[in-house]
Amino acid sequence: MKTKIDNLLEKFSHASANSLIPILQDIQDEIGFLSEEAIVQVGKHLDMPTSKIYGLATFYNQFRFQPRGKYHIQLCHGTSCHVMGAATLIELFEKRLKIKTGQTSRNGAYSLEIVPCMGACAFSPVISINGKFYGNLNQQKVEELLDDLIDNE
Amino acid sequence: MAQLSLKDINFFTSKVLHSPNDDEVAYIEDKLTILRRQKISKPIVFIGVTSSSVVAGALDTKKAIEEYIENSKAEIELVEVGSIGLCSLDPIMDVQLPGKCRISFQRVTAELVPSILDGVLNNYLLEEHVLAQYRNQFHQPWTNISYFDELSFFSSQHRVLMANCGLICPNSIVDSFANGTYKAFAGVLRNHTHEEVSQIVEKSGLRGRGGGGYPTGAKWRETLESPADQKYLICNADESDPGAFMDRLLMESDPHLLIEGIAISAYAIGASKAIIYTRNRYEFTVIRLEQALKQAYDYGLLGHNILDSGYSLDITIRKGPGAYVCGEETALIQSLEGKRGMPTLKPPYPSTYGLFGKPTAVNNIETIANIPFIITKGFEWFNSIGTERSKGTKFFSVSGKVNTTCMVEVPLGTSIAKVVEMAGGVPKGRKLKAVQIGGPSGGCVAPHLLNTPIDFETLKELGLSMGSGGITVYDDTVCMIDMVKYFMHFIQKESCGKCIPCREGSRRMLEILDNITRRPVNDDGHNTLERFKGVIHLEGLAEVMRDTSLCGLGQTASNPVLSTLKYFREEFEEHIFDRKCTAAVCKNLRTFYIDVDKCTGCGACAKKCPTSAIIGTPRTPYFIVEEKCIGCGICDEVCKFSAVFFK
Repeated sequence: MKTKIDNLLEKFSHASANSLIPILQDIQDEIGFLSEEAIVQVGKHLDMPTSKIYGLATFYNQFRFQPRGKYHIQLCHGTSCHVMGAATLIELFEKRLKIKTGQTSRNGAYSLEIVPCMGACAFSPVISINGKFYGNLNQQKVEELLDDLIDNE
Repeated sequence: MAQLSLKDINFFTSKVLHSPNDDEVAYIEDKLTILRRQKISKPIVFIGVTSSSVVAGALDTKKAIEEYIENSKAEIELVEVGSIGLCSLDPIMDVQLPGKCRISFQRVTAELVPSILDGVLNNYLLEEHVLAQYRNQFHQPWTNISYFDELSFFSSQHRVLMANCGLICPNSIVDSFANGTYKAFAGVLRNHTHEEVSQIVEKSGLRGRGGGGYPTGAKWRETLESPADQKYLICNADESDPGAFMDRLLMESDPHLLIEGIAISAYAIGASKAIIYTRNRYEFTVIRLEQALKQAYDYGLLGHNILDSGYSLDITIRKGPGAYVCGEETALIQSLEGKRGMPTLKPPYPSTYGLFGKPTAVNNIETIANIPFIITKGFEWFNSIGTERSKGTKFFSVSGKVNTTCMVEVPLGTSIAKVVEMAGGVPKGRKLKAVQIGGPSGGCVAPHLLNTPIDFETLKELGLSMGSGGITVYDDTVCMIDMVKYFMHFIQKESCGKCIPCREGSRRMLEILDNITRRPVNDDGHNTLERFKGVIHLEGLAEVMRDTSLCGLGQTASNPVLSTLKYFREEFEEHIFDRKCTAAVCKNLRTFYIDVDKCTGCGACAKKCPTSAIIGTPRTPYFIVEEKCIGCGICDEVCKFSAVFFK
């Protein structure tokens, strides 16, 4: 049976090594992360050692190697957000969800990701949960958000 | 674009973009007036939708407007626009009634929409939400409402590139045509050779806006003169400075200006392929750019044999996977070739050996956006703006502890103080402490230097860099050491690892800074000595990194440290010797106290304290022994009565 990745790679049937990044981006868009199988498959497709692909993927911030949680939480840590106290909020998320940034919780419910800047500095600190933005946050608002999240789960 | 007839395309490409015959001028102008929405028959509601206003709920507002129009069954047109730069006041909604000036409302959340629209459609204004109105001599003004050009935010700016931002619809190429976009490109194709265009730009004195400040015209000449069968133009739109958002706002507000700029730039170096390298995270920006590109192709402004000139150009968008170092042109090229984004040795410069070994010009998006205006208005005009060696205008995004987070466009040479003033200064009751300019590769400016003009040379003399134009303002609640640590952390994470001084140096610098802001469990002689030595090492490391790193990232990585050491040495000393942080930001240096009035003596804190620093008897207020406290803050977290406070 053809997998999603097979279908994706068909689009890049005549691709050379220079389209490696777009291929990986498409895979991540499709399945949410770069799985071991996906990297091996891409390696076969492009005739490239998997170590090279892994080396490239780890270099860039975009790629992740763990599946996303049901609630994918992106925390902005740009300069403006930092000045407005994002560091404390990040700690709060880590503590309440019991995972570190970049990880996914064991039950697959939450994943945390730090992004350098969301470009919404007017509403810092900003976070997004599954693409929905929350701006002008403070400790209390985050606690409430987290209460809701944890209750929902 | 709903339906695209050949007649429409012909109207724009052969009439509007060409100098029309005398008998047609009136007819075209008449048609354009309607397209510019100067003569309207039904009310129009504009809503600013950008990645910034979306966070403030612009999409909800848009939905509310749609519902309102549907419910009221009135003939109202809804137009999506970009941002005028006042990000703090988002979502901004404009209303234009037939014959009346276009009026702007600020902070329009979804629930406000019905009341505001009800009012304005009946000529009544909810004044607390009104921002200002646009001046237009043909329309009747609203009484007692100030004009945009009277607001100090706009009157002190010099808007060239941003002239159409927030006014026109970024989803429609027709809007762009009506406002003069693509005229310069058509003119260039008809009247100028490749050499002439690059000469005009060279004469204009335009310098790269990405931070380096390299003369654009010279770069183009070198690329044009390198013989090759294929050349590339890369537009660097990978705005990776944390805290800078002006490039993405420009792309989202006026994408066709950018495409026109790229087209002219590619023509100037004789490239038939251009690449926009933007951020993968900028989903919204990518959607708008892709749509704009498609429209440009539909109208024959891109592709094969553009406007019958014999010149062909293809523009593609590539999404950068996120690496700060890819702002460096050679690293960007590596990334486009499907490798790790590591800078390479120069020479050979990209102008002779760039993408896939072909001559390549890499230009920042803001640089490129300047080009159509230089062509239309002439290099003399561009020469007249700015200072002697830094010409033209520059965007700045001002954020941090300011009243209005915004994006401004001012002539180069404007003082930092003036830019901060446009953003409304620091919040009431606070004191401005420093201004960070240029993000992680820039540095901080102390208050006594705020009158420094922003231009390439003056900033360089101060050991700073303009960067891409992000300005962050600090007030007295911000700890300078914490900010330096933040930037160092960023650099350390983003250093590509090619040059040892940058890779290891940034790590050591971060360790030293960590050491300064950490309270050791036992503060014996050795630790203290290390800390004292730290500052001396910082300076040494910074110099080595600057002198021995290959690319701009490493060379400028130490700027935040050096500038803070220069202007805020007392704060370093306070952290090192007095072991305290006046701004109470450095967590480990806080001293905790118990408020005797609030403490009920439950003893929860004493049980949790890892160093047994809290003593007392149950049911009477407890006490923290300062010498034993390591500042972990656990007592503060467990106290249910908020009796623990820190200084």
